Amino acid sequence: MTAATSEPLALEAKDLGWSYRKDQWAVRHCDFAVPTGRICGVVGPNGAGKSTLFGLAARLFTPSEGQLRVLGTPVSTPATPELRARVAHVTQEKPLYRTFTVADTLRLGRELNPDWDEATAQRVVELGELSPTARIGRLSGGQRSRVALALALGKRAELLLLDEPFADLDPLARHDLTGLLLAQATEHGTTVVISSHLIGELEDVVDHVVLVQSGRVRLAGELDELLDGHCLVNGLADAGRPAGSVIEWRVTGRQATGLVRTAEPEALAQEWDANRPRLEELLLAYLRNPAGAGPDSASTDRRPTTSEVAA
Amino acid sequence: MIEYRLDRRSGVPTYQQIVQQTKHALRLGALQPGDRLPTAREVVERTAVNPNTVLKAYRELEREGLVAPRPGLGTFVLRSLSRPETAEDGPLRAQLTAWVDGARQAGLDREDITALVASVLDQRFESGVGPAERTTLDKGKQ
Repeated sequence: MTAATSEPLALEAKDLGWSYRKDQWAVRHCDFAVPTGRICGVVGPNGAGKSTLFGLAARLFTPSEGQLRVLGTPVSTPATPELRARVAHVTQEKPLYRTFTVADTLRLGRELNPDWDEATAQRVVELGELSPTARIGRLSGGQRSRVALALALGKRAELLLLDEPFADLDPLARHDLTGLLLAQATEHGTTVVISSHLIGELEDVVDHVVLVQSGRVRLAGELDELLDGHCLVNGLADAGRPAGSVIEWRVTGRQATGLVRTAEPEALAQEWDANRPRLEELLLAYLRNPAGAGPDSASTDRRPTTSEVAA
Repeated sequence: MIEYRLDRRSGVPTYQQIVQQTKHALRLGALQPGDRLPTAREVVERTAVNPNTVLKAYRELEREGLVAPRPGLGTFVLRSLSRPETAEDGPLRAQLTAWVDGARQAGLDREDITALVASVLDQRFESGVGPAERTTLDKGKQ
């Protein structure tokens, strides 16, 4: 976070909220910043508000309150073609023209995008052994995901917003496409914001994390800083609770284990068996404890008025 | 060129796996001075890990003086870790082979031998007894 202040930001949300009906908030009071060039994982339960954040960043709808800047420009200003060219968005639904063939779809991308990268788009399609003459409507869900990714990568955008892009892909396809995506990002300095429920697979992929829960941003920051700032703690139950902000504390017989947010892991390690968590362990502890002390525990009284939020 | 095989479940941080596998290749001679390491982009595409992980590993190897980046060209191996003493026809290898044969004759299986070797290594490397001191001790005994 210290480094983030001077870096240009791909996404910057300040007290961001969106309501789909009067007093029905899908997301509210969201604050986070993603510097450019990051591979940012957006995680959270179903219906937490992840897709709403993607939709706001892609200008599918406008914030009801607060502000969101995308590549430095507030999303409340009208989108110019130049701005649209800089951002690519793959939604969960992957809307493609069902009667088009794969080749038609890539041609559409080529005609609509001045900086079209035909080689990369072709590569994504060919890796999946998709026939250029196959109709989109005849493809499986995973194959359609691949075509949608081919369009997004071919667009050569500066910011890729990928909402569950790999959900219906097989493990080999996920690995290949993740590799291709990261290679493109490495080469062009692309910022990638990607949501996924496969948090075990995100650990080696992302370097920045935003955890969304119940329409709030529960945790956001650089991966290493987040992992360094938390400890998995093991000890005897009657030793009391460790110092620091206890996210999770579970007692089984005489043993107690938990996750603690602390600025001084070394001090904690002197009294407890304390280890740096893996990303999956960190996220699961937060997800299991929605009422726990979040980054701004003072705001827990400002929870969204409904749990029935849009996905 | 080296190809990294990264194991997400090993518990060893991914960048350290890259460092270790590079050093392993330097010891075996699979990588030699002047060889180019794969670019971050190449590693990232094959392994699907974050580019910073690869760059962190390369920085570590650079800090240890094993590789150096040449701007615009890539990262190149500066020195080898292979030791003539460990070569196929070297005397140390012959001694170890004879010792392993002896251990097998004494009825030890592969796991027994691995455990014994690991235990002795731990003892000799952690006791603070350097090889030079040991030589003088041996001499003293004679």
